[in-house]
Amino acid sequence: MSEIKKFMYVNRKAPYGTIYAWEALEVILIGAAFEQDVSLAFMDDGVYQLTKGQDTTGIGMKNFSPTYSALGDYEITKIYVDKESLEERGLSLDDLQHLVWEDEDEDWAEKDSIRLVSRTELADVLAEQDVLFNF
Amino acid sequence: MGSIEANGKNYETDEEGYLADLNTWDKDVAEVMAKLDDCELTDNHWEVINFLREYYEEYQIAPAVRVLTKAIGKKLGKDKGNSKYLYELFPYGPAKQACKYAGLPKPTGCV
Repeated sequence: MSEIKKFMYVNRKAPYGTIYAWEALEVILIGAAFEQDVSLAFMDDGVYQLTKGQDTTGIGMKNFSPTYSALGDYEITKIYVDKESLEERGLSLDDLQHLVWEDEDEDWAEKDSIRLVSRTELADVLAEQDVLFNF
Repeated sequence: MGSIEANGKNYETDEEGYLADLNTWDKDVAEVMAKLDDCELTDNHWEVINFLREYYEEYQIAPAVRVLTKAIGKKLGKDKGNSKYLYELFPYGPAKQACKYAGLPKPTGCV
């Protein structure tokens, strides 16, 4: 395997209504097999993807929100959420699913995956990446 | 589209033999699918199949083989959470073959 690159998937769209959110999730899960240094970012309407209590019965689409909890199993442990995007939508960290990953080296201790960051901090994280995928 | 018959009941499958609708799954169809692959399902097979069904129920995806191996190791012990053990049970690939018997779609990213 060649050198490890920093991969960032940027999610900016609401979970349903378009296929972007689900497609992004599939690409992320597939890409996880390549063992790169993966991070995710959620901003703009993308923050709705992580909200708790999603119910899709009225729109006839699969509710794929439980899949975000599997990201830890795929060793995706860095999920950046833009604080301003949450605030602009009247949301806070409490409205989001509690996403964790288990640290095998520390007897499977649960650790938080979500990192709440300001727009400026997020810009810095984006600038460090080798590859950006925008959804 | 194809179909599989088990105990006089018809189950719709996709072109690769995975169940079209996971809600139609039952143990009979799993047994028949395994028989078609010349595989006799033992308790050890069922342990993995049931694990996969629970995983899907919780996360709405069929896990990749690496994730499955690790999760099995955590739940059932290291002697089962390794590829040698899982490939002996499911020689066509633990994720692919076990998911099929479990009535799940092919794991995301499997070709």
